[in-house]
Amino acid sequence: MRVLFSWLKEFAPVAASATEVAQALIRLGFEVEGVERLGEGVRGPLVVGTVAHIEELTEFKKPIRFCQVDVGAAHGGVRGIVCGARNFAEGDRVVVALPGSELPGGFTITARETYGRVSDGMICSERELGLSDEHSGILVLDPDCEVGADASAVLGLGDAVLDVSVNPDRGYAMSVRGLAREVASAFSVAFVDPADDLPALPEPTAGSVPRPIAVDSPACSIFVLRTLHDVDAGAPTPRWLSQRLRAAGVRPVSLIVDVTNYVMLELGQPLHAFDAERVAGAVVVRRARPGEALELLDHTTRELTEDDVVIADDSGALSLAGIMGGVQSEISSATTSVLIEAAHFDHRVIAASCRRHRLSTDASRRFERGVDPRLAPVAAHRAASLLVALAGAHSAGLQAVEFEQPAIHVSTTAQAISALIGLPVDTDACARLLRAVGCDVDANDDALVVTPPTWRPDLRLGCDLAEEVARLIGYDQIPALKPSPTDHSGLRASQRARRNRDNSLVGLGWTQVMLTPFTSKNAVAALGCAETDERMDLVPLLNPMSDEEPFLRSTLIPSLAAAVRRNRSRGFDSVAVFEASAAHRNGSRAATAAFPAASAPPTPEQFAQMLAAAPVEQRWVAGIACGAWREASWDGPRQAWQWQHAVRAACAVLEAYGLNPHVSAGERAGWHPGRCAALTVDGPDGTVVGWAGEMHPRTLERLELPPRTVAFEVRVDALEARMDSAMPPAFSRTVATSPVVKEDVALVVGADVPSAALAQALREGCGSLLESVHLFDEYTGEQVGQGRKSLAFSLRFRHPERSLTDDEVAAARTAGVEVAAARHGAKLRAAATDSAR
Amino acid sequence: MSGPNTNYDPVEVAVLRPEAVQAALSAAINDIAAASSLEDLKSVRIAHTGDRSPLALANREIAALPPAAKADAGKRVGQARASIADALHVRQQELTDARDAQILVDEVVDVTLPAQTGPRGARHPLSLLNDRVADIFVAMGWSVAEGPEAELEWLNFDALNMPAAHPARTMQDTFFIAPEGSGALLRTHTSPIQIREMLRREPPLYIVCPGRVFRTDEIDATHLPVFHQVEALAVDRGLSMAHLKGTLNAFASAMFGEGITTRLRPSYFPFTEPSAEVDLQCFVCRGASAAGGEPCRTCRNEGWIEWGGAGMVHPRVLQSCGVDPDVYTGFAFGMGLERTLMFRSDVRDLRDVIEGDLRFSAFFGGEI
Repeated sequence: MRVLFSWLKEFAPVAASATEVAQALIRLGFEVEGVERLGEGVRGPLVVGTVAHIEELTEFKKPIRFCQVDVGAAHGGVRGIVCGARNFAEGDRVVVALPGSELPGGFTITARETYGRVSDGMICSERELGLSDEHSGILVLDPDCEVGADASAVLGLGDAVLDVSVNPDRGYAMSVRGLAREVASAFSVAFVDPADDLPALPEPTAGSVPRPIAVDSPACSIFVLRTLHDVDAGAPTPRWLSQRLRAAGVRPVSLIVDVTNYVMLELGQPLHAFDAERVAGAVVVRRARPGEALELLDHTTRELTEDDVVIADDSGALSLAGIMGGVQSEISSATTSVLIEAAHFDHRVIAASCRRHRLSTDASRRFERGVDPRLAPVAAHRAASLLVALAGAHSAGLQAVEFEQPAIHVSTTAQAISALIGLPVDTDACARLLRAVGCDVDANDDALVVTPPTWRPDLRLGCDLAEEVARLIGYDQIPALKPSPTDHSGLRASQRARRNRDNSLVGLGWTQVMLTPFTSKNAVAALGCAETDERMDLVPLLNPMSDEEPFLRSTLIPSLAAAVRRNRSRGFDSVAVFEASAAHRNGSRAATAAFPAASAPPTPEQFAQMLAAAPVEQRWVAGIACGAWREASWDGPRQAWQWQHAVRAACAVLEAYGLNPHVSAGERAGWHPGRCAALTVDGPDGTVVGWAGEMHPRTLERLELPPRTVAFEVRVDALEARMDSAMPPAFSRTVATSPVVKEDVALVVGADVPSAALAQALREGCGSLLESVHLFDEYTGEQVGQGRKSLAFSLRFRHPERSLTDDEVAAARTAGVEVAAARHGAKLRAAATDSAR
Repeated sequence: MSGPNTNYDPVEVAVLRPEAVQAALSAAINDIAAASSLEDLKSVRIAHTGDRSPLALANREIAALPPAAKADAGKRVGQARASIADALHVRQQELTDARDAQILVDEVVDVTLPAQTGPRGARHPLSLLNDRVADIFVAMGWSVAEGPEAELEWLNFDALNMPAAHPARTMQDTFFIAPEGSGALLRTHTSPIQIREMLRREPPLYIVCPGRVFRTDEIDATHLPVFHQVEALAVDRGLSMAHLKGTLNAFASAMFGEGITTRLRPSYFPFTEPSAEVDLQCFVCRGASAAGGEPCRTCRNEGWIEWGGAGMVHPRVLQSCGVDPDVYTGFAFGMGLERTLMFRSDVRDLRDVIEGDLRFSAFFGGEI
């Protein structure tokens, strides 16, 4: 809501400056986006002149006028001024910027020669004065302006425009009346209510009858229709009125329309004017009929539904109630009879219609926020008086339908208010403050029975009154206290683990990123996923940001790939990025949801039913790396990011959750089938929770990533849930201080035997005396034979309490080798090479 | 071994004469001093203390002396040998020290050579900021709650006193999940976490809810369709706006420096009543720029920075969650993490936050 300060001061006669008023409004909860000045940048001398003589110059490409303008004796009498506009006549009053004056944009006026004449000043348009964008002609003043007078004062230059943004619960403040009431109370000056003491309208002319009306919709609680005859539709809109409209951001159209807009701005009641001659029969408020269409003033034709409310005549819908009029009954320059409609519509109905038709108008914004239901007859009366005064209209009286509104009383206590706002306020103070904003207050000891004014639909509960009291006292008066929570359990295990996880990955050289969660079918298919892959079960958005990415991510890999490409395009060849985020699947979610009323909590059944419509949400940690793990340097050659780095990262994620990852060969679309590790956490047979390794060469081509790029992804939501419900880990032994015995063993196996499996066999075979197994060498070559390899392990043995004997160690080692032999055909390397010889 | 010799005149054993012993001692001392390396010293040691050294030979002769002369000669030779041993020991130490020192000199490296053992990673600043916020609240005795990003209209709107026709629903530009009528959406705020927590457990409740939220805003320097919020909710007996203010002030000073406060301005949110906008005192100029001091880029000379929204939980919201508003009251507030990052760390373009450029995360490293 933009409002001219002088207009506001008419109803709130404060001595304060516009800036001080703006500050007060901010304290009261209104955002003031800015305080502008009319004609900012204009410096005098700016005077009222009268055009004495016009000489038409025709020798130029466009018609030019050389005018003799009388600016009054004090300013040098008659001056010659060249002007390109043609919208004025001899005798008109105009605004003249004399030499030495300055217009917005630092434009200084001088006497200068142009079109072969000396132009001794400038006749100004509104745009040149910074008043509006109007530049089709120069500004012509009212004929009663005094020649030679200071035009700045006549034009109201320097008047401030306050740009106030109004919260949706304060519809009343979308009017000069509403804002003035707030300002008057803030500065303790008497509020002049523009709705009070309206001048009586002249008696209806004999024989004229008001238009019959009917209301057939529960959405309309009051409907007033005033009929006016003999309206001079061509009468000009006076400057003071059009200036107030323009300052409010409303473009003047014609007197009748301007008056309805003016009254809406002043009082907050939207009005609509119909051309009475284009309305047939009675005017009815009713539901739209299915299939009914209506061409609105914006020249769009809307298909209406039964949920829309219309104003209709015998021929059909005339306007979309509370939102926009129709073209059929639009006011024109030929209009002589006018129907002024003022009504109150249910904010929910208007909001729903607006959403359905994607429309938002000055009228609908007010109805959505709530209009004073008592205002309709007042506003219609105010508009009629203006048209009587400005357009010579005759009143033909009015028709009104009003439904009884239940009286609203809100009971509370000063103590309840004090307890909620944290500031002691007594009953008297509460009553005084609430009365200042128009409430009727019945105060009895501690009890307050409050009847809010009709323009305050936001005051319905005790807490609403508490806010009103706190707002009027000032939120800055509330003290600051710290509450005392009693649960000090801190972060959950999984929340701590996530930090360890992210820091571990950072330690391994990965950079955390946070990407946008949208994707396309193609992006997921590019991984090599078949239609049946669970990652293709994408969750579609109804209104995506872009049609290119209409789904939620089912995997983080495609967006990480995009981040890698972005980094590479910016000159970074070596990239390792990871993200921890959500991924979604449809799963078997329900297509429709049944929501219970929100007045009470849902039953467990209702809650479960509600959740059944939600997509499956998983949490993943994933990363992609390519380029150099370390660059070639003084201490060694370049080493690339390799599959094992991805496996290490995936293991680090699981280790951060306190889990012992198990690696086996795996398969996952997007990964190299021979270089993909599957990770499990409950031993080799547990559920696969992640994959890591080198990406598939075809996938890399499609993703435009370099060869040998590596990636990992680990699903963590289930692990986190498990972690939070698990007991803390139990060590259940003491750290052994007995001596360690080290033994090496080299085993020859088939080239396809996984080293982890062989290590596992040793672990199981060696038994509890084995402390650790470490693979320290892998050999392939003629010494071990074609299709075979030698894996050398160092074994550490330790007894928990005492030194081991040589026999014990030898027995354990042998047992390990035997299991490896039985399970994988392993032979001791010495024996194997002997027999090969 | 040489044995007694009848022709041998013990008194006249030349090598035991004082001059001879002294000469052997002097020769040894000179050689020890002249040894310039541990190897030299080793030869010197053998030459002057070995079995064939003059004093070793002389010592052997002592046994042949008459008893009266034995003590005298023994003392002379013994002292000389002890002096040599001392000198050897001292020189050995000197030469060892010199050699050790030389080794350290020889092993000098250029420690400015790049010390790379692997790549360098970094945390994302929003994630760090998130942890920081969580720590501040945990320190005050709050806990951290989370919830799903794909939510349901009932939890995102209805339970927050925003029924279907509520004008506030049009304030939020929501991503809805197909099919129409499924009631599923991407949460527009982290408030549904609060609803879930209130449904799940009994007050008292002090939770902070960080998370990613979604609005259909076009991407530009100050808007993202996906951003992060942190909301706080306290439900207990006797909570008032004063507790809201105290908690906000504690949060502000922990995040922005001792003594930094917040300001509340009346506002409107459907889920709180009374409602407030939260302004943060400018942590750079502390308001000086608004009072005519040096201009301030951070607060644009306002002295205050718009930070978030707050209020007392609306009784209808408590009812929707099965909390009795006659027994309990609550307060809640929320702010955008990206916005906080922008003014706290002078991040100027939000696109940098979501593009995954290594340089952006690397700048912040591991602490914020």
